[in-house]
Amino acid sequence: MSEGEPVAIVAAHGDLAAGFVSAVQQITGRGDLFLPMTNTGLGAAEIERAILDLVDGRRIGVIFTDLPAGSCTIAARRVQAARPHVVLITGASLPLLLDFMSHEELEPAEAAAHAVDRAVRSITAASGAKRAH
Amino acid sequence: MPSIERCARSPRRRGPSVPIELFRIDDRLIHGQVVVGWGQPLNLGFIALVDDEVAGSEWEQELYRMGVPPEMDVYFATPDEASRQLEAWQADQRPGILLTGDIDTMRRLIELSPSITAVNLGGIHHRAGRTLKLRYVYLSPQEEEALRALERKGVALSAQDVPSARAVPLEDVLRGEAER
Repeated sequence: MSEGEPVAIVAAHGDLAAGFVSAVQQITGRGDLFLPMTNTGLGAAEIERAILDLVDGRRIGVIFTDLPAGSCTIAARRVQAARPHVVLITGASLPLLLDFMSHEELEPAEAAAHAVDRAVRSITAASGAKRAH
Repeated sequence: MPSIERCARSPRRRGPSVPIELFRIDDRLIHGQVVVGWGQPLNLGFIALVDDEVAGSEWEQELYRMGVPPEMDVYFATPDEASRQLEAWQADQRPGILLTGDIDTMRRLIELSPSITAVNLGGIHHRAGRTLKLRYVYLSPQEEEALRALERKGVALSAQDVPSARAVPLEDVLRGEAER
């Protein structure tokens, strides 16, 4: 993952993608690895076109989306049908993106699989406990 | 919690069955607003997706079925097929939503099924020839006329993207002043 060259798109509702990239930048200084995209105000065809333009124009091979049933995911699946080399990961989260970007030695599909495993394990529910004195 | 009282829903029938809660025009078809935004407060049991292209393509159907929770059924139909199925869908015990991707498909369905009395404009996004009416509704002059024609037939039309939003009557939508 060379500096200044984005390797993945983050496509999500509202300002979520920009927020993810901002957080990655704050934590690692490598927000430049991700291209944020919002579906706000866009129809299905426009979302698909916007993703495809980024994939072709910036030579992107990985797309992260938020909701599995969301319009970004549907559009990304259509792009994937036209560009089979593209890897799609749904359920984007900060642990997912951070793990993905920290495995630049792996092929995108391998890095994605590793990141999914890490992201799933990062979801926890902690119940309250009294503070020990 | 979002209120679902203000949405343009068909009147409830008496009796044990629950009619389709919402007839919605949305060019994104099945997506987050439908599955989560409407699906959760309405406790949707099924989605009927009425679209010629999707009804004719297994690949398209799988695409839309992919992210829908397993407890929610998805039915695919052309307007003709939907008009024949509508009575069965209306008799379903579970709340449902019927989607079309454009005004013309909804118009064709209503011509075949005059029992549809209320339609929700959920998302008609920008395209060449359309002008801004609401942030999620853009219409061409032909589409405006098609909506007016539906209203003249007695169909109540309003725009509302999510349950917590105000339902904007067609007249306000067409004036383009609802958000000014």
